[in-house]
Amino acid sequence: MEDILSAKEISSDTSETTRRIREEPRRRSKVSIKGVNAWFGSKQALKNINLEIEENTATAFMGPSGCGKTTLIRCLNRMHEMTPGAKAKGQVILDGIDIYDKSIDPVIIKRRIGMVFQKPNPFPTMSIFDNVAAGLKLNGIKDKKLIREIVEESLEGAGLWEEVKNELDKPGMGLSGGQQQRLCIARALAMQPEILLMDEPTSALDPLASSKIEELVHKLKKDLTIIIVTHNMQQAARVADRAAFMYLGEMIEYGFTKQIFQNPEQELTERFVSGKFG
Amino acid sequence: MSGNNGKSAARFHRREVQQIMVKNARKAKIIDKIVSIFAIMCVILAVIPLTSILIEVIKNGIAAFNWDFLTGRPSAIGRAGGGVGPAIQGTLIVVGLATMIGAPIGILTGIYLSEFAGGGPFPNGVRFFNEVMTGLPSVVMGIVGYILIVINIGSFSVWAGAFSLSIIMIPIVSRVTEETLKIVPNSIREAGFALGIAKWKITLFITFKSAISGILTGVVLAIARIAGETAPLIMTILGTSLFFTGFNNPVDALPLRIWRLSSQPYESAQTQAWGAALLLILMVLALSVALRLLAQRRGFSVRAEI
Amino acid sequence: MLILVAFAVGEGALPIFSAEGFQFVIRTDWNAVYGRESFGALPYIIGTLLSSAIAMAIGVPISLGIAIFVTEMASHRISTPLSFVVELLAAVPSIIYGLWALFVFRFWVRDLIERPLYEHLNWIPFFDKTPFGLDIFTAGIVLSIMIIPIISSITREILLVVPNSQREAAYSLGATRWGTLKTAIFPYAKSGILGASFLGLGRAIGETILVTMIIGNAIGPAAIPTTLFSQGQSLASLIANEFNEAASDLHLSALIGLGAILLLLSMIINIGARFMVSRMVKVVPGGRE
Repeated sequence: MEDILSAKEISSDTSETTRRIREEPRRRSKVSIKGVNAWFGSKQALKNINLEIEENTATAFMGPSGCGKTTLIRCLNRMHEMTPGAKAKGQVILDGIDIYDKSIDPVIIKRRIGMVFQKPNPFPTMSIFDNVAAGLKLNGIKDKKLIREIVEESLEGAGLWEEVKNELDKPGMGLSGGQQQRLCIARALAMQPEILLMDEPTSALDPLASSKIEELVHKLKKDLTIIIVTHNMQQAARVADRAAFMYLGEMIEYGFTKQIFQNPEQELTERFVSGKFG
Repeated sequence: MSGNNGKSAARFHRREVQQIMVKNARKAKIIDKIVSIFAIMCVILAVIPLTSILIEVIKNGIAAFNWDFLTGRPSAIGRAGGGVGPAIQGTLIVVGLATMIGAPIGILTGIYLSEFAGGGPFPNGVRFFNEVMTGLPSVVMGIVGYILIVINIGSFSVWAGAFSLSIIMIPIVSRVTEETLKIVPNSIREAGFALGIAKWKITLFITFKSAISGILTGVVLAIARIAGETAPLIMTILGTSLFFTGFNNPVDALPLRIWRLSSQPYESAQTQAWGAALLLILMVLALSVALRLLAQRRGFSVRAEI
Repeated sequence: MLILVAFAVGEGALPIFSAEGFQFVIRTDWNAVYGRESFGALPYIIGTLLSSAIAMAIGVPISLGIAIFVTEMASHRISTPLSFVVELLAAVPSIIYGLWALFVFRFWVRDLIERPLYEHLNWIPFFDKTPFGLDIFTAGIVLSIMIIPIISSITREILLVVPNSQREAAYSLGATRWGTLKTAIFPYAKSGILGASFLGLGRAIGETILVTMIIGNAIGPAAIPTTLFSQGQSLASLIANEFNEAASDLHLSALIGLGAILLLLSMIINIGARFMVSRMVKVVPGGRE
């Protein structure tokens, strides 16, 4: 996190939003989104999105429903195109590699980028242990000892270890909703991802379970880069270092969370954060 | 987390795991390719025989078609000429009669299950046995028809055939009826209740009316199924080379005629068998296509096999 | 109604079971000559099970492949007409499959599969008989062709029930398509697929006319298959073959007795299938909150 981006690397992009952040001290850029457009059939869901996401930060995408925030996060690990009829264009550069390059296998990308979904979706037939180990087994890791270590570490990382350490062979579906969601986080962490995408991870949870997830975000960003989609402004304010406000498929404003909430540049953003619509 | 210790372990794992994953990526990709090829092969393997069936039936069947074939009686064994007139007539009569018996009973059972029965042990039992019935071999239904009707009347007869086919039909019709009625939105029923209409009237005039095309679909589906049945007819209507002579006498039917013709060693008979097969397949497929178009328009799916 | 069916068949089969007792199920001879009648069902039970087993061994993997192709691989433009065709084929009457098998397909089987197996592998007892084309092996293959549309269309619907969130969970862990099938889809749909296969098995076991036309129609001890290329006989096919020529009441009762065995077999299979399909529906996730 000491790495500071040289100005040269971002100087090609002179849009207003980027100019603002350039004035602030910078961490290393982890993901840069350049000119991403996305469609469902003939309907355009994202319009020319440009964004730099920095390492070891939590970035929130917010906006009213239908603004494209979920689509954008799903473009970052090429999940968007798995939906029938959906397509995406543009560049998403992860550590200098464009993940939309033809030579890149989308499967490899998903191994480096973990994802947590709106509703907890543990594998219903698997035990807690197997759920966390699923990704490792999928990718051909057979060393039992290694798997056990990683499972324990991932559950710890997801703050679930203490609660389930005595019932690892019980089905994952037996947990409460919040625990299930943390199980899904552990499942993603087991893959040793560099980035964790969270698509409205608390929308199906009660406030207490939500706050546990939010604590986790704070803890996890020490080791990875987190991008979180939320329609809940308070949540964005609590967990995110950077926030992006989207509306109708366009990126309206992007900057430090504090600034977005206290002193937004765009009128639309101000109306959204002050609860006038959305 | 155990502080520094845990973190460095994580770093170590990250490298190690990623290395293994990269190494395994090629293998996983190859396996994935093999599976994809396997799936495509399956489709091709299945499509070959099925195309062949259609081609052969059409090719060989058309050769048999002429006026005499459609209206004439079968000629004596080994002689050319003749037709499958009695079989066409017989199929229409037996299937028609079976529908007249089976459709009302099936529809009533379906209405009962969906509108009046709810989820108690008895209706659930009926549902379960209904489902099991649809999977029973049709030849067994033929035996039932034989024991209950043929033995009592003392002769192979239209009645017995229609009875057997109707037993096959009832579970299919009642299941589709129940499912279609369930799709009818409750708000329609409630609108009726709000006006203080009796339940049976609501069922008959409101629910049933909005579900009528779905129920029709079920009936057509069942007809398509029983029109092609052969086995139960062997032990009920027997087959004959005469036109219809009465409900208590044997009749002929297309599937039965195909079977008899195909077991004769004469080419003329075999050609006629193909012709009859083409007729039958046209009948059944026309019914199925019509039914699926109907179903598609209504926005629900029906399955032919259960 | 089911009770009616069971009752009628039971009544018809009563004479044979009282005459032969349990022996009926395990004896192999079949003699209808008046005065020397003796009936045993064993060869036909074997014939039924063997031909159905062949049908399942071929039909289930292929059906699974088709269902996977239609739901997980093909685009809508291919999968919609393909599943339409598959469903139509499920409606084709079995007599048509039988006719085609008798006049066309059995020669393919004989020349393309059975002959080479016989010539090169006849040291394996299974294949040690000059193939003729009308035998248990052909019957099994044609049965598999008949049940493929049935199993694959049910399996397709079951795969469609698997929630997308399960697929996404696996894909997000870097699974390939196969990995997703193995990790997320099969475990979820396992009992449903098993149930679909059992329904197919029920159809194969009860299928009458098609088997009658191609299984070779052997009788008595000769109907016990010694090789895959032996002429055989199934329960249903023997009923169809002899029902109208039954020489005596006991003969007729013996045939109905075969029907009773068949009824029992298929009821067990069907109940098992329904049970498994319904269990699949119950596993739908939701979890406790």
